[in-house]
Amino acid sequence: MSSDALPTGARTHELLAIRTRPRPASALSAVATLAWRALLKIKHVPFQLFDVTVTPIMFTLLFTYIFGGALAGTPRQYIQYLLPGVLVQTIVFITVYTGVGLNTDIHKGLYDRFRSLPMWQPSPLFGALAGDVFRYSFASALIILIGMMIGFRPGGGLVGMLLALALVLTFCFALSWLWIIVGMLVRTPESVMTTSFIFLMPLTFASNIFVELGTMPPWLQAVVARNPVTYLANASRGLMHGTPAGADIGWVLVASAVILLVASPIAMRLYRRER
Amino acid sequence: MSNAIETSGLAKSFGATRALDGMDLRIRQGSVYGLLGPNGAGKTTTIRILATLLRPDAGTATVLGHDVVREARTVRQKVSLTGQYASVDEDLTGHENLVLVGRLLGLPWAAARQRAAELLEAFGLAEAAGRQVQTYSGGMRRRIDVAASLVTIPEILFLDEPTTGLDPRSRSQVWELVRRIAAEGTTVLLTTQYLDEADRLAERLAVIDHGRVIAEGTSRELKASVGANALHVRLANAEQRALAQEIVTRVLGDGVLPVTDPLEVTARLENPAQAAAVLTALTESSVDVDQFAVGNPSLDEVFLALTGRPADPAATEAKP
Repeated sequence: MSSDALPTGARTHELLAIRTRPRPASALSAVATLAWRALLKIKHVPFQLFDVTVTPIMFTLLFTYIFGGALAGTPRQYIQYLLPGVLVQTIVFITVYTGVGLNTDIHKGLYDRFRSLPMWQPSPLFGALAGDVFRYSFASALIILIGMMIGFRPGGGLVGMLLALALVLTFCFALSWLWIIVGMLVRTPESVMTTSFIFLMPLTFASNIFVELGTMPPWLQAVVARNPVTYLANASRGLMHGTPAGADIGWVLVASAVILLVASPIAMRLYRRER
Repeated sequence: MSNAIETSGLAKSFGATRALDGMDLRIRQGSVYGLLGPNGAGKTTTIRILATLLRPDAGTATVLGHDVVREARTVRQKVSLTGQYASVDEDLTGHENLVLVGRLLGLPWAAARQRAAELLEAFGLAEAAGRQVQTYSGGMRRRIDVAASLVTIPEILFLDEPTTGLDPRSRSQVWELVRRIAAEGTTVLLTTQYLDEADRLAERLAVIDHGRVIAEGTSRELKASVGANALHVRLANAEQRALAQEIVTRVLGDGVLPVTDPLEVTARLENPAQAAAVLTALTESSVDVDQFAVGNPSLDEVFLALTGRPADPAATEAKP
């Protein structure tokens, strides 16, 4: 726009005249558009996928070969137990990026533009979550692939696998709302990470992802048995190996619903709150 | 003509800080209106309330007759905001950013793409259309940001310090654009810290201080209160200031303005021709002059004339 590049006369009028604005995008279309934005970001910053690529591969390989011999006799035996759990852990970990991304957008002023548009106000949150669910799926597919390459043989077939994935994604979708809250409360993306991991470390490690409940001291068993991540790991193992346990699945769904029902209204309230 | 924007007794506090303290504004439709004031005067808070991003603690604000709190959605349908910091996605390309906004505003994909291309072309960004915004220069970012506010032309456009941090060329481009937008009927409300910017663009302006309007009118009216022209004399030597002030007062009759800088003497000039007489008188009395200039009064001088203290709060606090 050197002044000479600005169009003149009728052209300016065509470009800048006030016209009735179209009907604003529907909630669904706004969410879809913002999900498209999330996918574009992955395209332009493929580094974003680093965390959902390298971490899962590393976790799967490291834990299988380091603990496998000691815990289950051979890595190949251990991975049958470990893989569904490592999948849960990886996806639970990367839910943090929902909060990190939101925090970044807010501080760069992007949400000022979103919030001044005549669309359904929470669309950006759902759009971002839709993009995240894509990344969770990508990471899950990768872990299963790596797992099968080194000997993971799920007895539940494709259907069991897909059901297990659906359950993990449901829980992680609910969990993401917690990090949305954190993302809106703290100042920097780095503090979103730190704060979230204070919760995530005990949540994932104090579970039966790596070892059976029976090997732990009784006081710890009491805690671990009530950890929703334990239910999720159990439910995923059951589904993947073709021995689904209704109670585990039920508790995961209850936990997801509770987190969602508590966290999402708070998150929405914070989102509508002025900054 | 009706008012595009009206506020009455608008108040807003952030913790113990009173950002707005009874802001009253009446802004005519189809005009360019400037909010002039130093940092922290309440300009941005006012704009954010009008763009429905903040809620006032007290008072009312209407935009085209719609209350900004009760009818926020209707207001959003009619306004665009370009904030102080680029509110575009830096990871996306310029084209993608504009398509994104177009889609969110309800344009079909094809129309959104076409409009994006059209704006990029008009804003001289066609070549950068496929590049991520984070590779853009400051001036280009500002343009893509303004373009994002024009994907569908709003009835009211809010521009928060549109030229802060821009080089002179980019600044004059933004000015030209604002004029053209306004010429097509959009009401533009802009904030600025520069009197010359307000002077060039705004038909009327309000001088804001401590969250309220301390003066309102056309820029000509405002400058009349300080003198249309100001004489700035910079002395080589602070000890001669009293003498210099005395000489300036003698030649001009009255009009020496208060300044904080011990090397400066500033005076209101009814007529630029009087400057010559002042310079002659100073030279005859052997006053060492470093710089001698006639120009528009600065925001600082307007502020001093209106409030008796400088615009920069740090300068006020520094005094015992």
